[in-house]
Amino acid sequence: MVSLTEFNQNMIQNILHVYVSWTRYVLFLVMAFYTYLNFRYFSVDESRQKRICARQIWLMLFLHLISYSVLYLNTLDPAVAVFYCLQVVFFLCFILVYRAFYPRASRLLVNNMCMLLCVGFIMLTRLSYERAVRQFIIAALSAVVAWIIPAVVRRAGFLSKIPWAYAAVGIFLLAAVCVVGNTSFGAQLSISIGGFSIQPSEFVKILYVLFAAGMLSRSVKLKNVAVTTAAAAVHVLILVLSRDLGSALLFFLTYLFMLYAATSDLRWMGAGLLGGSLAAAAAYQFFSHVQSRVLAWRDPWSDIDNKGYQITQSLFAIGTGSWFGLGLYEGMPRRIPVVEKDFIFAAISEEMGALFALCVLLICLGCFLQFVLLAGRLENMFCKLTAFGLGTMYIVQVFLTVGGVIKFIPSTGVTLPLVSYGGSSLLSTFILFGVIQGLYSMI
Amino acid sequence: MRKLWEKLKKEDHFSQPSGGRRHPNESMLRLTYVVVAVFVGMILYEGWFLAVRREDTINNSYNARLDSFAERVVRGRIVSGDGTVLAETVVGEDGSEIRRYPFGPLFSHVVGYSSMGRTGLEDLAHFYLLSSHVNLIEHTLRELMGEKNMGDTVVTTLDPVLQQTAYDALGDRRGAVVVLEPDTGRVLVMVSKPGFDPNTVAGEWDSLVSADNTSGQLLNRAAQGLYPPGSTFKTVMLLEYIREHPEDYGDFRFDCDGCYEDGEYAIRCYHGNAHGTQTLEEAFANSCNGAFAYLGKQLDAGKLAATAKELLFNSDIPISLPYSRSAYMMGEDADLWERLQTSIGQGRTQISPLHNALLAAAIANGGTLMKPYFIDHIENAGGDRIRGFLPSAYGSLMTAEEAAVLTGMMEKVVAGGTASAVKSDLYTAAAKTGSAEFEAGRETHAWMIGFAPAENPRLAVSVIVEEGGSGGSAAAPIARKIFDAYFSR
Ligand SMILES: [Zn+2]
Repeated sequence: MVSLTEFNQNMIQNILHVYVSWTRYVLFLVMAFYTYLNFRYFSVDESRQKRICARQIWLMLFLHLISYSVLYLNTLDPAVAVFYCLQVVFFLCFILVYRAFYPRASRLLVNNMCMLLCVGFIMLTRLSYERAVRQFIIAALSAVVAWIIPAVVRRAGFLSKIPWAYAAVGIFLLAAVCVVGNTSFGAQLSISIGGFSIQPSEFVKILYVLFAAGMLSRSVKLKNVAVTTAAAAVHVLILVLSRDLGSALLFFLTYLFMLYAATSDLRWMGAGLLGGSLAAAAAYQFFSHVQSRVLAWRDPWSDIDNKGYQITQSLFAIGTGSWFGLGLYEGMPRRIPVVEKDFIFAAISEEMGALFALCVLLICLGCFLQFVLLAGRLENMFCKLTAFGLGTMYIVQVFLTVGGVIKFIPSTGVTLPLVSYGGSSLLSTFILFGVIQGLYSMI
Repeated sequence: MRKLWEKLKKEDHFSQPSGGRRHPNESMLRLTYVVVAVFVGMILYEGWFLAVRREDTINNSYNARLDSFAERVVRGRIVSGDGTVLAETVVGEDGSEIRRYPFGPLFSHVVGYSSMGRTGLEDLAHFYLLSSHVNLIEHTLRELMGEKNMGDTVVTTLDPVLQQTAYDALGDRRGAVVVLEPDTGRVLVMVSKPGFDPNTVAGEWDSLVSADNTSGQLLNRAAQGLYPPGSTFKTVMLLEYIREHPEDYGDFRFDCDGCYEDGEYAIRCYHGNAHGTQTLEEAFANSCNGAFAYLGKQLDAGKLAATAKELLFNSDIPISLPYSRSAYMMGEDADLWERLQTSIGQGRTQISPLHNALLAAAIANGGTLMKPYFIDHIENAGGDRIRGFLPSAYGSLMTAEEAAVLTGMMEKVVAGGTASAVKSDLYTAAAKTGSAEFEAGRETHAWMIGFAPAENPRLAVSVIVEEGGSGGSAAAPIARKIFDAYFSR
């Protein structure tokens, strides 16, 4: 009798294994179709755009269902099933409430937000159920904020009038982190308030874009640009002093893009790039952690035990997963340090496949193109620069994190928005998308 | 995607100049192009990584993921080109797996083992051996039944007959033999002695790695052993002399009385033989130490170092097995003694038998070094070819003219010099012997490098016999047996 039960259990294990290995292809196909629709959207008329968005929602829900069936069968934990149902309710509420309150908002962006969150939830549940639940709760709270923000943006003409207030608050927050922040991985990133660890730089990002947009929309005369640049440089400098190089680079590039958009002057761009290169060279000279990051990028194999460990484990994960992935629970993503934050892209690639992960990347790029398209249509210069600046902030962050994970560029320690684990990052991305959705009503 | 751009461009403001300045939308569009270009670059990079770099990257002992493959796949076989099994996994009725090596110690270093960590081809081909390409239906059915699938078969370039010949010829002596095809880089033989039996390596592990063990059975002397090159280094000196005297190297003359004296130093020929008046060709054929010490003094030390570097001393050599880098240490400010010693392959210069084989192969192949390789192709368990590996050139170590001159000189070493042991009617060999001193009062290491047939080389060999005496009497006969076995086929 015992052996018979054992046999049945083994059989179930075997069937599950085969099921997982086949779902990889299904998941990729669904994801690829979703991504295709994301770009197809731009070339059809409005009524068909709505159909496309509706189809995307079904695809997302299907992908969500398949993935959670695998997660459930692997854990056989009823909590996972409940968690799944809560997520479905959340996605539907988020989509429907947005549609009801903001009919002019971009449905494509709402879908993409849900899809990226969905991929994040799947991967986080696989990596750590507790963290996935935390992430879900923060996402639900953030969604409330994201519902309110478009209304605020729509009604507030004063937003463009107080750039110095943004800069003051932003610099104060960054300086506070620099002085009293907690150190993690050699960088001061967060402040603890009442047991919660908050990363102010995530929120300063948005203030910073609003500041630059407010200043540059006023005038692009030399004096104004010089003053704005100086204030932006203070932000970057404080981030460098906090050793938060990823954010420093992010802030720097965003400002450079906004400056060029506002002035259309290549000389500013050239001066900015020159200054940036000099600063990077100086940072390389003076900060040992910059050197070790660059060395770990150039030749991680020579120090595979230590500095090259994270990136080589990431490459093992991506390479072993190959195009279609090993299947959920079939890989070893936990071997990559901070996998649920900076290196979540490697975990996705390992278990769901590089093709799936590249689809995620294309969805992010699609979001950016939406932002730019919106910016192009906005008349008001402040709004235009805000939309473009936030878009840049978003896509540069995607570039830095994915580029670091696949060893295209040195790893800078930033997260993949909406997918990576992290409350501050999640909330600030919700705010970012909320502002963009608010701007849609200004067209 | 293109339509998206058209749409962006169509937006009203793009063509409107505002105050002589370009409209922000146009600048934004440009920046967007930059972003898209960077992302396309990133995606292409990722594709390149997965298509080209993937296998080499993940076949790493730090990648624990591969080990988990063993739970679902029976480690594949390693076979030679003619199908002889060199390593296979035998599955018992209770599902237990034993890795079996039918030839025992014959391939101990090159095929390696996978029980106490992994070495040799077991390590090199780990990823292939644990990948299964049986057809999808069978694959799925077996997984449903909970049975393991059979891993792929790695077909090597190794030649079991030649390997056995070299192994037997070395006998009980310590040493190493490397044989490869100069025009492809396919490695046919890699023997290192003393060896061990990979079937029982786990059981004997403690004694193999014990501090009292001075035999070094686990060391692959062919690739990891470093020896003074002795007179085989005269090929390098000869090449450098030809480079510095392209027109008149034929005019070189030296009078050998068995002992070349320079100031307080003396360089002796082997056993103090007096060679008499020597041309360059004769000095090389007879391996006259005096002539080469005298010749070395005239060379530009900087250029000699550069030539050594070109010939892969102090450099990485293109091979995927663990190896030791050969060393050439003489600087431009070296004293007279070091210059004299270096000229005859003594001093601080060190080389691995594999590297010496590559030098012979490059000369045989008109100066172009082909990357040595061990895996010919991969088959699935049913024998269907999955992927093949093609020869690839590493680069040119010397010009074709230089290689031709060296070949001519090396033929003379066989025809009337120290390597007469490989003189045969079946083929014309080209060779250089060496007898390398490594410790006062002990017998010299016996070297021979060479290739055959000289006019159209198909085999390049490198033989070292530790404390074997003279290269001509101890190493050359081993090469002879290999050549004979190969060319009598
Ligand atoms: Zn002599």
